[in-house]
Amino acid sequence: MKQFRQTIERLVKVMLTISGSITSLAILLIIIFLFKEGFGLFNSPSVEKGYALCVNASNTIEELNSTQIKQIFDYEITNWNEINGNNEDIIPFYFDEIFSMYSEEEFGEDYVLLNEKLGEVIAQTPNIIAYIPEQYLPRENNSVKILPQKNIQITDFFGGKEWLPTATPAPLFGLLPLIMGTLWVSFFAILIALPLGMGVAIYMSELAGPRTRKLLKPAIELLAGIPSVVYGFFGLVVLVPLIQKALNLPVGETAFAGSLILAIMALPTIITIAEDAMRGTPRAMREASLALGANRWQTIYKVIVPYASSGIMAAVVLGIGRAIGETMAVLMVTGNAAVIPTSLFQSVRTIPATIAAELGEAPAGGAHYQSLFLLGCILFIITMVISASAEFISKRQHNKGV
Amino acid sequence: MKKTILTTVILVAALFSVQAQRIKGSDTMLPLSQMAAEEFMKVNNSSNVTVTGGGSGVGITALLDGTTDLAQLSRKIKFDEKNKLKEKGKTVKEIIAAYDALAIVVHPSNKVTNLTREQLEGIFTGKIKNWKEVGGANIAIVPYSRETSSGTYEFFKESVLKKKNYMSGIMSMPATGAIIQSVSQTKGAIGYVGMAYLNKQVKPIHVSYDQGKTFVEPTVENAKNETYPIVRPLYYYYDAINESTVKPFIDYILSNEGQKIVSKIGFITVK
Repeated sequence: MKQFRQTIERLVKVMLTISGSITSLAILLIIIFLFKEGFGLFNSPSVEKGYALCVNASNTIEELNSTQIKQIFDYEITNWNEINGNNEDIIPFYFDEIFSMYSEEEFGEDYVLLNEKLGEVIAQTPNIIAYIPEQYLPRENNSVKILPQKNIQITDFFGGKEWLPTATPAPLFGLLPLIMGTLWVSFFAILIALPLGMGVAIYMSELAGPRTRKLLKPAIELLAGIPSVVYGFFGLVVLVPLIQKALNLPVGETAFAGSLILAIMALPTIITIAEDAMRGTPRAMREASLALGANRWQTIYKVIVPYASSGIMAAVVLGIGRAIGETMAVLMVTGNAAVIPTSLFQSVRTIPATIAAELGEAPAGGAHYQSLFLLGCILFIITMVISASAEFISKRQHNKGV
Repeated sequence: MKKTILTTVILVAALFSVQAQRIKGSDTMLPLSQMAAEEFMKVNNSSNVTVTGGGSGVGITALLDGTTDLAQLSRKIKFDEKNKLKEKGKTVKEIIAAYDALAIVVHPSNKVTNLTREQLEGIFTGKIKNWKEVGGANIAIVPYSRETSSGTYEFFKESVLKKKNYMSGIMSMPATGAIIQSVSQTKGAIGYVGMAYLNKQVKPIHVSYDQGKTFVEPTVENAKNETYPIVRPLYYYYDAINESTVKPFIDYILSNEGQKIVSKIGFITVK
């Protein structure tokens, strides 16, 4: 009988170990997958995959970077001399235009003559820059110069100020506006939520009577259960116009609206955890403080809050975590304009909102898709750094207190 | 044992005999396909049609993976998408089921009624920043766009912006409803929506594609007689192998009853 129990216990132990290791392994694999997909971005060509740019052989241009390509095709750079070429007007040419220049029959069966025709066009137009699929590149034609393919640079991603992932021919993946937007919104959300949350937590744990507490606590927990899309809709329909009218802004979808919504969403987390931490203060400590002549308020801020500081820290971290990773509500109220924020009252685009809005369309395996995974990696690193540093702080404070 | 196998075979056969069709793709076409599918199922009791959205690109990807029978697209299939399908040994067939017109909308209090294509291009590429530059009040222009995943985004870029990129800091909204909502509550706003979504909360702009000679109001009549310029066909794509499965639904949507649904939704009929 005893032996049987021992075997069972051993079996349970083995099973627990296995489930633990499987979970860790799964998490590890997810992280590896995330990083592998994400860093694949830097092996992607800066021009859309499968396409190339070519110019007439007489052109002196040897290389173009993504921003230049984008500006050429947006007619912002209109003369070759602006990028150290000849003083001639640039003629951008899209692949589709070929179909309006020749009739279907001229391309022959299955478009075999397509690259020949493209070569003809490029040879005849000295100032052309043509954007065509690699398979139709007129490689044999001597008067066509194919511009060399460069991969997307790490500095372009981390230092880029423009996020235009679907720009053709050269998409721009600039991280700065997105990461600044995310941090900006989350920072102000915590700035709003923390004093409010702490206030409610102190009230609930120290001042409120048992009956009020009984009513308040489930109400606050209910707040945490509301789906974020409902918050987002509420924000878009109620909060956004309110902010716009009250502050007389040109747009209501601002970082401020996002911060407010996030603050409301982070409140339940902050309140519940901070309150639990404060209620965990030993009775002996409260009574000792009161016995020494301290009044209720002094007891709260000299004894209870310092004692519960690690718990409060945890509350803050989880609040920040909620704010940084929150997707749907932010997607609906911040306007999603990818600009580096300079004020609280302008529209911003956050990393999670970008992933949610764009992943559905990004072709699997393409540069856009990989860039979204890289955004995921960055989000992961940010949350990891925040929780690690918070853990560090709360540990140090705890040691000091003892 | 034999009995079990037999039942299984019968069950499987029964499953396949029910004509299940999956339609996936453009959100613009979602209300059309949905309503058509409901009516179609009423007529044909044996068939089962499921409709899902996600964006035109999603529809093509699903067709490529074989997870849908019909892809609904609010833009023409791209050359490389066609190529990819060809590589997988699929020949796509194209059906135009309806036409959709895009309306440019502004806040009801906006004085501006007429805009040319060039002005619209300036506004959405960020070169025109204030309404007074196009004859309005001294208010900053706030352009709203759709997210990059929508076919409407692409169509607008192609037709109005002549393939130029939107300004980099443009406000992008996840859905047409959100654009209407935002435009209706923002004084300087301008956005674009499918004509079917027009309502009293926003003011439609008369558009000119001939440098301001004629400005045309976005109405169903004007779109039908081809005077309104921002019109696009709405497509269904399917693999030629699946023709027999999807044919009944395609025939239904092109029939008189189907086209009645088209105009009920606010699109323009093909005939």
